[in-house]
Amino acid sequence: MALSEELKSRIRAELPKYPEKRAVLLTALHFVQEECGGWIEPEVIPEVAEILEIPPIDVKEVASFYAMFNESAIGKRHVRVCTGLSCCLRGARSLQDAFEEELNIRPGEVSEDGCFSIGSVECLGSCGSAPVLQINTRTYLENLSPADAPAILENLRREITEDEAETA
Amino acid sequence: MEQPQLLLPEGDANFSSIEDYKAQRGYEAAEANVGKTNPEEIVSIVKESGLRGRGGAGFGAGMKWSFLPKDGRRPRYIACNGDESEPGTFKDRQILERNPHKLIEGLLIAGWANTIDAAYVYLRGEYRGPYENLCRAIDEAYEAGYLGKNILGSGMDFDIYVHRGAGAYICGEETGLMESLEGRKGQPRKRPPFPAVSGLWKQPTLINNVETLAHVPAIVLDGAKHFLSYGTEKSSGTTIFGISGDVQRPGAYELPFGMPLDEMIETVAGGVAPGRKIKAVIPGGTSMPVLTADQIKGLPMDHDSVQKAGSLLGTGAVIVMDDRQCMVRAALVIARFFRHESCGQCTQCREGTGWIYKLFTKIESGQASMEDIDTIDEVANYMEGHTICGLADAASWGAGWFVRRFRDEFEAHVELKGCPLAETSFEV
Repeated sequence: MALSEELKSRIRAELPKYPEKRAVLLTALHFVQEECGGWIEPEVIPEVAEILEIPPIDVKEVASFYAMFNESAIGKRHVRVCTGLSCCLRGARSLQDAFEEELNIRPGEVSEDGCFSIGSVECLGSCGSAPVLQINTRTYLENLSPADAPAILENLRREITEDEAETA
Repeated sequence: MEQPQLLLPEGDANFSSIEDYKAQRGYEAAEANVGKTNPEEIVSIVKESGLRGRGGAGFGAGMKWSFLPKDGRRPRYIACNGDESEPGTFKDRQILERNPHKLIEGLLIAGWANTIDAAYVYLRGEYRGPYENLCRAIDEAYEAGYLGKNILGSGMDFDIYVHRGAGAYICGEETGLMESLEGRKGQPRKRPPFPAVSGLWKQPTLINNVETLAHVPAIVLDGAKHFLSYGTEKSSGTTIFGISGDVQRPGAYELPFGMPLDEMIETVAGGVAPGRKIKAVIPGGTSMPVLTADQIKGLPMDHDSVQKAGSLLGTGAVIVMDDRQCMVRAALVIARFFRHESCGQCTQCREGTGWIYKLFTKIESGQASMEDIDTIDEVANYMEGHTICGLADAASWGAGWFVRRFRDEFEAHVELKGCPLAETSFEV
């Protein structure tokens, strides 16, 4: 998938903030991931490299170093359960188990309908409202219990349907 | 004068606009000082206030400011550390979500005091909401003339840019942060040169935590003496403690330094559940040595007292574990974190964090021998003090002190070939 001209201009608009083009790399990868299906496809790496005038391997290296950049396809909603100590103490394990059971997938897999994937994440910085999870790279859901899993998934399914109705 | 306050009352928990902030004496310190007070005088006030860095190490903020060279080399930068990834820590997030102008004013005053051209606020990538709040507040500040060109007629041009990280604990380490900001993997740099002399793009750079800078407006406005009247002699002022784990009212609480830890857990956070007892407490995020219930009795929460008790105050992130919980599992969770977050640069850290994690897993599953327990201690000792940055030290303390302070529980796992608290403990 090639980067749209609009996305390229968004990336270029970040350049004046820094004395060196390379500094925009993390921002560029965030933009790409958000607009191109939630992961960094290998095809886009040379394009990002060209805008920032750095070797493609430098882009790949950075994309693989940071946990938020996905190197393989994820579901339309990616559920990441926090596994920090404070969340573990308040039941993060059973929370993650509940999602895995409900969706019948394991970390790294995508549900058959392409809607969901699941993973764990190191401390999300929300320890006072543990256990917590993050949807994609945006919404935090806090003070959860395993019993909340079905309702959360139902809401997310509704969200996906609404999104798709909007694009159609 | 009232107690210095970083956070506005809970009622305004969502977002405080520039008007809300100005109603609380916001930007008064900047208006009275930027372009008016001699920068060196401001550095002296901050030094005199005893303000210590709130990012974990507790280094004197004014001292750090005075390390910047006086050779006229420009540009000079602030790299503001909002990576906040130390497990148990969620204090900077409170400022960013609830009172972001406090940080902006702190940056502006620090900018004037240290002749800074631009500030980059490095926020952990997961903090999407706080990022959007801060950006909104920055837009308001530009519109009100507190940022941009010739601020308040001072002749100073000053910009703030927000930079999002992407999920790497090591970017909270100051040189890892700079590498990441420059668009590379967050692998820490060797020192010297120190960031004050050669930091972002090899220019003089001041690195301060979000909360540290947020304290600056009140210090400059009400004076060093007022700040010193809160907290203890060597840990002055207030800070945001984050209390989590097995307590009835977990949350972020802004308090002066020095309240005894057991009292803080009991009265501020509501104590452990009825019928339970405190077993272990980590006083400053999972990099810091764990303390036993006996060790926290009457322990004042200030830097010196916690250090004397055998741990460190770190980020003031208090994690409480009650008597249901298995200490091997707690150590395992911490070891898993460090294994995941080691940047891979130094052998002792890359190999050591993985080795320790495997040993804890072996003990937890009841497969280990008594020698394995000693091996953890040995590996932890090899890791400490031999690497470019402090992550290996943290991994060594975080894991090693669980073994030293709760050895009987580790031995019980070996003897019983399993977890003696499997029925009651949290799962991993």
